[in-house]
Amino acid sequence: MAKNNVKLMQGNEACVEGALAAGMKFFAGYPITPSTEIAEISSLRLPKVGGKFIQMEDEIAGMAAIIGGSLAGLKSMTATSGPGFSLKQENLGYAAIAEVPCVIVNVQRGGPSTGLPTSPAQGDIMQAKWGTHGDHPIIALSPSSVRETFDLTVKAFNFAEKYRTPVILLTDEVIGHMREKIEIPSPDEIEIIDRVQPKSGLEEYKPYEVNEDQLVPDMAPYGGEYRFHVTGLVHDETGFPSNDSNVAESLLNRIMKKIDNNIDDIALYEEYKLEDAEVAIIAYGSTARSAKSAVDMARAEGIKAGLFRPMTIWPFLDKQVTEVSKKVDNVIVAEMNLGQYVIEVERAGNKHTKVSKCCKANGQLITPDEILAKIKEV
Amino acid sequence: MTSTLVENHFRIGKLPHIWCPGCGHGIIMRSIAVAIDELGYDKNDVCVVSGIGCSSRAPGYMDFNTLHTLHGRALAYATGVKMANPDLKVIVITGDGDCAAIGGNHLIHASRRNIDITTVVFNNNIYGMTGGQYSPTTPTGEKGTTAPFGNIDRNFDLCNLAKGAGATYVARSTAYHANMVKQQVKAALENKGFSFVEAVSICPTYYGRKNKKGDAVSMMEYLKNSTVNVKAADKLPKEKLEGKFLVGEFYKSEEPEYTEEYKKIIDSFQKER
Repeated sequence: MAKNNVKLMQGNEACVEGALAAGMKFFAGYPITPSTEIAEISSLRLPKVGGKFIQMEDEIAGMAAIIGGSLAGLKSMTATSGPGFSLKQENLGYAAIAEVPCVIVNVQRGGPSTGLPTSPAQGDIMQAKWGTHGDHPIIALSPSSVRETFDLTVKAFNFAEKYRTPVILLTDEVIGHMREKIEIPSPDEIEIIDRVQPKSGLEEYKPYEVNEDQLVPDMAPYGGEYRFHVTGLVHDETGFPSNDSNVAESLLNRIMKKIDNNIDDIALYEEYKLEDAEVAIIAYGSTARSAKSAVDMARAEGIKAGLFRPMTIWPFLDKQVTEVSKKVDNVIVAEMNLGQYVIEVERAGNKHTKVSKCCKANGQLITPDEILAKIKEV
Repeated sequence: MTSTLVENHFRIGKLPHIWCPGCGHGIIMRSIAVAIDELGYDKNDVCVVSGIGCSSRAPGYMDFNTLHTLHGRALAYATGVKMANPDLKVIVITGDGDCAAIGGNHLIHASRRNIDITTVVFNNNIYGMTGGQYSPTTPTGEKGTTAPFGNIDRNFDLCNLAKGAGATYVARSTAYHANMVKQQVKAALENKGFSFVEAVSICPTYYGRKNKKGDAVSMMEYLKNSTVNVKAADKLPKEKLEGKFLVGEFYKSEEPEYTEEYKKIIDSFQKER
């Protein structure tokens, strides 16, 4: 591996590099701190690889445009933060029900509302899952380093294409702006997944048709061999709207199942010193860095601590969190909000262990000392 | 018997449409299909995008690439489609509430960019799908279910709005003037840039009934008798224009088109290699 691929870059830059490596050809967005660099760098890089960038009139339009771009066949991404993520929700639901692959980066900042624009937060965990109305599947990934931002952006595109679903990359202001040395992998080291196109020459292409064990329908682009209809209404396999409750039920069941049944493929996580741990920290994103230090500090003092770090936030890693809960006497969830991911951890872990939280939502990182203090307290 | 036009350009299995008896939307939808037919476009090269509302159900019946989006957002989706595949002829079908209220910002900015999209507004002066609430084009003083004492809002002139925002083809016709709709949509599709066609429709069910406009025939007669072609308007004395509204082509200009300008940026890097 050539050493000249070693670079000093910030998380937002690594996100764009990962997106380009994954095959992003269209970016539509709107400036907002602290995600703006993703738009800026996309505008600089995309035309050089034959891709397109457009700055839309608002956040809603940015999300709408990438759905349009994806339906016309291009791998598409938008990026946002804070109130911008709230504005994405309407179209995020559309992408979920119409099964349009796309990637939404949310560089989390302090909220609610305009909140703390230049400070990190992890307050959008529940919004990533429940922000748009109605039951729907979602995949959300959270990186803890610059290199991982690259890797998870590639994964985000791959999951989006493989499962025909919107994928949210949940970073935060610290991960987005922090600079680290990273080695960019060469193209042959990166797995790229493209949406499955329907066979050529079909008598009729039904955009939402699946065979018996298939959960993700084949996807043709607008302007290709087939003409088809796409709607945000409940639709049958032909893509046309239906009020039939059986059609509604089977559509919702299938789009939920395509994620739930593939959770082992989507589950990304790291276990650190958990083998003999008596207390497990569960942390993700930038907080996981402090948590890792806290584990080492605790170990130095003879406390058997370990870290479970989910990179896949949604779907929730029920199986893994339950396993961790069974192994330890205490689980501490550290996150930069007033307690969001911990709600899910409590649901999975409460009957096996004691779950407590180490939370902060004042725009400051949670320090290793604070987590260590919590370890000693429980 | 189904006409050749309907057979060739509509999804017969999806008809009849959901519009009320007497609604003007079917006429406008048909005129768009005739325009595409006469221009000889390949159906696979046409993408029709809509938002939410009565008008926005049209693409479901039309045998092209079709995209039924969210309320107000059709132009933003269409912008993504056009950017991703500039070879597609992109048409947006929208309504007065869809494009002038919730989607007003998208209309302004699609016009400003002069991106090659043809927008046809089915303007029936009311929110029909939700049952007759006043819209941004409901004339001041008229009634809607949310303006029981008469609308005190001032109504939009959509053509002036599109022109002011930078659209390079702006025209108005009505459901009565089916042939004019067709001619304007043809000119719009041939314009390399953002084109805006306002097709004034009739809603006898809600707007008509709330405002005592009579039946569908009376409302059609109103469209016939209250319109003056912009070409004739200059020569008419002021009193002859009282209570009338203008139809015809209001504005045409040649300006750089957005996707072509972007292609120049891409091409500049191809040359460097």
